[in-house]
Amino acid sequence: MTTTVAAPTTSSAPLAKAKVHRSWTQHGLLFVAPFLLLYVAFLVWPTLLGLRMSFSSVNIAGGNDNLVGFGNYAEAFGDPRMWRSLWNTLVFTVLSTIPLVLLGLLMALLVHNLRFVQWLWRLSFFGPFLLPSAVVSILWLQMIYPPEYGLLNGTLGTDILWLGDPGWAMWSVVLTTVWWTVGFNFLLYLAALQSIPQHLYEAAAIDGASAWDKLRSITLPMLSRTTALIVVLQLLASLKVFDQIYLMTGGGPEDSTRPIIEYAYDMGFTGYRIGYASAVSYILFVLIVVVSLAQLRLFRKREEASS
Amino acid sequence: MTKRFSPGQLILLVVALVLAVLWLAPILWGLATSLKPEDETTIIPLQWFGSEITFDAYALVLGTGGIVRWAINSAVTSVIVTFLTVLLSAMAAYGFARTQFRGQRVLLGLILAGIMVPPQVLIAPLFAEMVSLGLVDTWWAIILPQVAAPLIVYILYKFFQDVPPELEQAAFVDGAGRWRVFFTIVLPLSRPVLAAVSIFTFINTWNNFLWPFLVSTDPNTMTLPVGLANVVQGTFGLRYAQIMASVMLAGLPLLVVFVLFQRQIIRGVAHTGLAGQ
Repeated sequence: MTTTVAAPTTSSAPLAKAKVHRSWTQHGLLFVAPFLLLYVAFLVWPTLLGLRMSFSSVNIAGGNDNLVGFGNYAEAFGDPRMWRSLWNTLVFTVLSTIPLVLLGLLMALLVHNLRFVQWLWRLSFFGPFLLPSAVVSILWLQMIYPPEYGLLNGTLGTDILWLGDPGWAMWSVVLTTVWWTVGFNFLLYLAALQSIPQHLYEAAAIDGASAWDKLRSITLPMLSRTTALIVVLQLLASLKVFDQIYLMTGGGPEDSTRPIIEYAYDMGFTGYRIGYASAVSYILFVLIVVVSLAQLRLFRKREEASS
Repeated sequence: MTKRFSPGQLILLVVALVLAVLWLAPILWGLATSLKPEDETTIIPLQWFGSEITFDAYALVLGTGGIVRWAINSAVTSVIVTFLTVLLSAMAAYGFARTQFRGQRVLLGLILAGIMVPPQVLIAPLFAEMVSLGLVDTWWAIILPQVAAPLIVYILYKFFQDVPPELEQAAFVDGAGRWRVFFTIVLPLSRPVLAAVSIFTFINTWNNFLWPFLVSTDPNTMTLPVGLANVVQGTFGLRYAQIMASVMLAGLPLLVVFVLFQRQIIRGVAHTGLAGQ
């Protein structure tokens, strides 16, 4: 294709080349500008503004805007409720990430090996991921967890205060989260499974490998890269938890489920201390940046190793 | 395909069936409740079916109007966010991948760094910004911050880098301008990846809660998730059939779309989700 088009231009090649080259590299900024404008206005600027606010005593109405140095951070590090919410966030992250990764893998392995009614498995496992957090939260709060006529106690014959008992509430929040979002990891694993070259299995079959051997020595190693990615994505998603906890328990009972984003929200939007709220948010921000940078390093190393 | 159905496969099938039942049960229980007469929703021991199947709860919920309004708000804002995100991100990604300009590397670095910034930690400053712009309780407050999504730029940037430039160069020689090439050659060629990021963006926007929740105090501008969370439990009290009818009405559209466009949606989500790899 290129040769047929290029042929007529050979007579004036230098001129055409120069012209192509100029228009080839022009307008770049114009292409980038519209996005850049919104990006600077609604991501870069708020990031800087938040940093400044975290060093100030500003309230939600914009008043009392005095710089207080590290005052907010010093207060946050001495605030037991901040530590509790940070701790809750970490507990939630660990408790949710493990089943979300393992169950996602299990579901993908099952569906990949069961070659029929694929639509049913996909709808069951991935369907909940398509529901808004408010739908999921109201459904579980009103229909599954109520102690008397909820589906769980009614079916199991138990008498547990799923969301009302501080010993159970975090587990319940994790259970709902796993049900809601495992479908995403399931899909990522399913896509990764489908891209494993079939000839590896054929070669193993010739060698007389059992299904278990194939899983252990082909499938799982081939999925290690995807697993690393899913774990990091899951950690980042879980650290940012807010919706379902806010909507189901409001952080209670006795602060046993309140995550750090909700604490920042409480401080800023119901306590009106938006400077302090920014400081609390930025403590989480630092944590998330650390995990993100670890991810970059991890994947760069792997890339170098594989090339 | 049907040649073997070994004992191993049978075990897999049983495990998958158990999981599928567990995963469908909460939704089916909500659906069952929404179809019961209101006074039969709290009978103990639990009954999956009431004395009759009735759509009264749906009629009542639709009659109060809120949910239709929120669905329209959600649809409009999600469509605008998706359209703007994909268009502006594609333009930016193309600009970075195909042209040179001063400060390009710095700007690209700035955008890649933004992938690490979670919108949830920016709620306080973003809200303050919306107050000073006078945009609280408008669609624009919901829309604009969601369009500034650096991940989509990155995904499309990587995609454009892998597209061989010969086709475009040929068009240039024929006298087409940069913009014409972009809109008539590049975008049509990129349809699969654009569909993937569109689907991903739409799902995320449709389901987004925290930000729209913060900037809508007026029930008339609320999106579906926000309206549900804010108003439904207050309005319908403990009338479970009506609460579940609202929940089903809010949840079902995307599930129905999923059943219809399963392949595209799965590809869209998996492709975009795995793009960090």
